[in-house]
Amino acid sequence: MAEPLATLLEYEKTLDCVHCGLCLPHCPTYQETGRESSSPRGRIYAMRGVAEGRIELDAAVVDEMYLCLACRACESACPAGVQYGRLVESMRAEIDERGARSRASRFFQRLVLRRVVASHIVLRLVALALRLYQRSGLQRLLRASNLLLVAPRLRDAEQLLPPVPPAWRAPGVTPAEGVLRGRVGFFAGCLMPEFFGPVNRATLRVLARNGFEVHAPRGQGCCGALHAHAGDARAAERLHARNVAAFGADDLDAVVVNSAGCGASLRDPGDALSARVRDVSEFLHAAGLRPPRGAVPLRVAYDDACHLLHGQRVSAAPRELLRMIPGLQLVDLPGTQDCCGAAGIYNLTQPDMSARLLRRKVDAIRRTTPQVVVTGNPGCLLQLSRGVRDAGLDVEVLHPVELLERSYAVGESD
Amino acid sequence: MDPRTGELVDRLRELPSVEDVLAGASEMFVYESDGLTLTRGRAAAVAFPSTTRAVCEIVRACNEFGVPFVPRGAGTGLSGGATPVDGCVVIECARMDQVLSIDAVNRTATVQPGLVNAHLTDAVSGLGLHYAPDPSSQTACTIGGNVAENSGGPHTLKYGTTSPHVLSLEVVLPDASVVQLGRRDAHAVGYDLRGVFVGSEGTLGIVTAATVRLMPDPETVCTLLASFPSLVSACEAVSTIIAAGIVASALELLDDKTIDAVEASVFAAGYPRNARAVLLVELDGTDAAVQAERARVRTVCQSHGAIEVRVARDEQEREAFWRGRKGAFGAMGRRAPDLYVHDAVVPRTRLPEVVEAITRAAEERNLRIANVFHAGDGNLHPNLSFDRRDADELARIVDMGEEILRICIEAGGVLSGEHGIGLEKRDYMHMLYTDEDLEPMRWVHEAFDPADACNPGKVIPQPRACTESNPRHRGYEKVTF
Repeated sequence: MAEPLATLLEYEKTLDCVHCGLCLPHCPTYQETGRESSSPRGRIYAMRGVAEGRIELDAAVVDEMYLCLACRACESACPAGVQYGRLVESMRAEIDERGARSRASRFFQRLVLRRVVASHIVLRLVALALRLYQRSGLQRLLRASNLLLVAPRLRDAEQLLPPVPPAWRAPGVTPAEGVLRGRVGFFAGCLMPEFFGPVNRATLRVLARNGFEVHAPRGQGCCGALHAHAGDARAAERLHARNVAAFGADDLDAVVVNSAGCGASLRDPGDALSARVRDVSEFLHAAGLRPPRGAVPLRVAYDDACHLLHGQRVSAAPRELLRMIPGLQLVDLPGTQDCCGAAGIYNLTQPDMSARLLRRKVDAIRRTTPQVVVTGNPGCLLQLSRGVRDAGLDVEVLHPVELLERSYAVGESD
Repeated sequence: MDPRTGELVDRLRELPSVEDVLAGASEMFVYESDGLTLTRGRAAAVAFPSTTRAVCEIVRACNEFGVPFVPRGAGTGLSGGATPVDGCVVIECARMDQVLSIDAVNRTATVQPGLVNAHLTDAVSGLGLHYAPDPSSQTACTIGGNVAENSGGPHTLKYGTTSPHVLSLEVVLPDASVVQLGRRDAHAVGYDLRGVFVGSEGTLGIVTAATVRLMPDPETVCTLLASFPSLVSACEAVSTIIAAGIVASALELLDDKTIDAVEASVFAAGYPRNARAVLLVELDGTDAAVQAERARVRTVCQSHGAIEVRVARDEQEREAFWRGRKGAFGAMGRRAPDLYVHDAVVPRTRLPEVVEAITRAAEERNLRIANVFHAGDGNLHPNLSFDRRDADELARIVDMGEEILRICIEAGGVLSGEHGIGLEKRDYMHMLYTDEDLEPMRWVHEAFDPADACNPGKVIPQPRACTESNPRHRGYEKVTF
């Protein structure tokens, strides 16, 4: 048998696929295009073909590897247990290793991921600039002037932005309320403190109300998920090591994460930190939620975040927590298992496909007529907010813990 | 790409009704096989119609250029029925995935060919109806492909294969004309050309709409799982159940190696790991009838030495039992890089000895085998694991495929239960039929497709004397890695 012609692609993992095709209808890009080459089975076949020297790593192959959302819906459907997420990440690394992607897009991506996302200081400055831009009236001016029409990508990114709330950084230690049930770590994330302060705050409040003392160690940082998805394994490993060190010393029952993408990524390496990682909904459900008492009489649809459902196999816990809120009516959202098109920075790198997937999601929301859509991942929160805003739907988009906290707060004031 | 092909691709791209055309080298590479990776071919282009009209226009363009065309759905077929002929145009029906109409009163639905089998039941479940044929790949395979292959599935035992569920078909013939075969109201007269078309494996034309029967959901469904200390005792239990006049809707057997593969997968169903065979028995009908039959099935299984007989606690466990069974093929992926899912039928009473003979033949050839079968129908699926990069093992696999057919035919069986003949078994048709028997099939083919343009080279072998002389019929290759 000849040696495979791939250095970074995890070739052996491609051999797990026996071409049965059960993944096809679960793949969002296949649903949209009907192309075998846009399906997990087709992509794996192409990876194998490249590694075995049967096809060239041509532009069509490269494009398909980046058209993939890495949502891992195929893994939930795969009887052979193919680790598709790992495969596509390693294939992207292989593509960069061979220089098969345009240098400009590679350079831009690395710049954003390594110098902005991975850096506290730069990220803070970016968030601050955005807040100023939105509040100074510059945003209104720019949008009214149509100046952004000359740069469609920039316009897309600009429109994705919800009003950026004030930054909120988790205190080092949040004391438990009532009887102490345990001590947990809190993974705050990189974008969360800057763009989703209210979600982090609600997470800590809910954990504290449930009797957990929450530690948010200073040394932690970005989880590296976006870097790994982009095939930048080195940066991802460096970032993970930083988190292992930050959470390593503490004697914590669990490390609680409220971002599905970060949670899946922290769990992936299978090390000591991974073993302690729990999604906030999963953790509260397993621990036994203190029943929230305040009525939240809303019609709510839960949308599965891919990296919770497919990446961490968590789907029942958040729904059961929501059902514990008095007055809340939980409705099924058709196609909840399908990606909304956010997928990390996919909505910036593949705006067309992202918009097509978002359209499906928004259609489902329109038909279901909820007052609130909840989902457990920051990227999805941004994407869905934009979707309902553009469609003119009067729907709030929240993280599940925000509804839990709302119920606790209402219960207190009653 | 030769200039003539380039011209055809340009023509296809100009057709306003055709949404997408692929022709790149790496894109054609991923279309080289369907669910059977033992056969391969290189298409010149893949065209994506979404309407009947688009299919006609693609076929017309192909005819003008004298290029053959091959219809394809989800590419889950297991006999190479959708393997491209070198230089052909693949007509990919995946985007023709709409439910065109549902008639709840007459219990029929008219659908496009690219609709996924399970999506049809999803669309009508609110009406208390379902589409009965349920191949294991039903979450992915398409109605058009099911019609082409006359697909079966576990519930074939009680409800029959695809054919009795198809009332009428809209078909684009190889000359690009559109005809209706059968009638939507099930009162067709004259020759049953609908029946000729179902199971023709894409060689007589392309289905562009199918009107199918919908079945009312039964009052009660009950699934029993019985585990046995040997495959033989499980097979004997199956024969006794049927002899006792119990009409089960499904009788499925899985051997220990299959159980291991399924239990290691995301479809782990809680099959007992200590059993040598697991038998799934499904009963449906009125509450009273199901209750009574359930007791009788339990007694029969126990009398054949069942270690344990248990009833699915709830709908969730019942679904888990079936997901495990239906994911069994893919689950074998963890055993070796490649899998050959074989398919043959024997009289049910001969199952034990045939399974033994097949297992022995696999051992003699040093091959890994796992058995799953629709035991009630005598339909065997020996799953052979291999690595196509190992030329010697590959040769033993191909030889083993032939040996399985020899064993089954000697026992009074046939070449295929539900996967079709395609390329895989075309040249074994002579094991079952004489040239004289095959002649009427050739006439039918000649009548529909005189130019031999539609999925050529599949199903019907050349008369023995001609097999080596017609290069047109060797537009595919068996794997040579």
